[in-house]
Amino acid sequence: MEPETEIETEVETEIEEAAPVRESARGMAELVAIVEALIFVADEPITTKLLAEVLNEDRDAVDAAVTELQKEYEGRESGLQIREIAGGWQLATRTELHEDVRKFLKTRPSAKLSLASLETLAVIAYKQPVTVPEILEIRGVQSASAIKTLLEKRLIVTKGHKETVGRPMQYGTSKEFLIQFGLKDLTELPSIEDFEDLAG
Amino acid sequence: MKLKLGEFAGPLDLLLFLIRQEQANIFDIPIAKITDEYVKYIRLMKSLDIAVAADFLVMAATLIEIKSKMLLPRDPSEQEEEAMDDPRKELVDRLLEYEKFKAAAGMLHEKTTVEQAVFQRGKIESDDSNAEINASVFDIITVFQKILLRHRDEIKMEIAREEISLSDMIKTLKRRIFEETELNILAFFEEMHSKRELVTAFIAVLEIVRTESVKLIQKKTFGEIILKAVTNGTGN
Repeated sequence: MEPETEIETEVETEIEEAAPVRESARGMAELVAIVEALIFVADEPITTKLLAEVLNEDRDAVDAAVTELQKEYEGRESGLQIREIAGGWQLATRTELHEDVRKFLKTRPSAKLSLASLETLAVIAYKQPVTVPEILEIRGVQSASAIKTLLEKRLIVTKGHKETVGRPMQYGTSKEFLIQFGLKDLTELPSIEDFEDLAG
Repeated sequence: MKLKLGEFAGPLDLLLFLIRQEQANIFDIPIAKITDEYVKYIRLMKSLDIAVAADFLVMAATLIEIKSKMLLPRDPSEQEEEAMDDPRKELVDRLLEYEKFKAAAGMLHEKTTVEQAVFQRGKIESDDSNAEINASVFDIITVFQKILLRHRDEIKMEIAREEISLSDMIKTLKRRIFEETELNILAFFEEMHSKRELVTAFIAVLEIVRTESVKLIQKKTFGEIILKAVTNGTGN
């Protein structure tokens, strides 16, 4: 609360000297516009917390503005959408438009992860923090090269040593994982037990 | 027998495939038949000069062991416990557990595919000048190697061995980060006088980042790596 941001003081001094009030500094429409601008310029998902800090607004007000913005985009069937990813907000194109967007960007879907890497990632995502021997136990096969690939792609991070014999390194998923897999947070993953009835 | 080379993520994956191909019940695996199929498959891989991972051979041994256990005549007095003592039980449990993660991997695959249909805005100028990229341990190692290489060419004359302990190094590093708010790790490494100190400094950097009071950032890809105190506790 104490560090006044420059934006705040600039705006306020024009109106009045002392500025302890923060709620009615901006109208809703104005806040929606500013939030939209910041989500646009942020190069990775921007959190409500950060938006609130920069704008010196309540988090609730920021959340309300984001919700309003989302409604606006949906209401006019915009080509863009405001998505909640990795705990933050992100402006992105709508899924349905991918063919034309891709045609323009001249890109192809990027290299896919191998079956082994995906399996290893799944074990890490659900069992984190997890060690290499624990991954081997589930997959029944060495996963060293898959772990290397996942580390290089920054999808997983080390999570310190496990305090058992040999102090093996533990792994967990990263923020990049949430971003690349379009997840708000880890709780958005379906429960591992939901995959049980797939046994045939 | 249909041949699907290199499509199996591991021995459990191959085993599941064979069980399905036989349309067998996973809770009542015809172990003799499946073992034969499995071994046949491994032989085929070998004959085609495909490197068979040791893990596949371990599974073959496990299957043969189960098969032989099942051939042993049962002690009639222990009939009650028969169901509990099924030698296949452990394998079935592993298969069921593995199958869940295999399905989860499929789910992740679908998620990336969908995610690849969503695009963010193209890069703008400010992304490179302002945006902070989180640097990883790999980035520090690259920096470290650069300096080690440079140090190697210098003439070494270590006279008095002045050893600085890791905890002292961490203290120094912490003080520097908080005094200077941003500390270029390349510059910090350069200040070290010996390889020993350099290694201590490197471990100190790793340690300080791990304790999370400090963030490693890179102002642009392959740019200089900077240590910065975490002030606003963002992220997760």
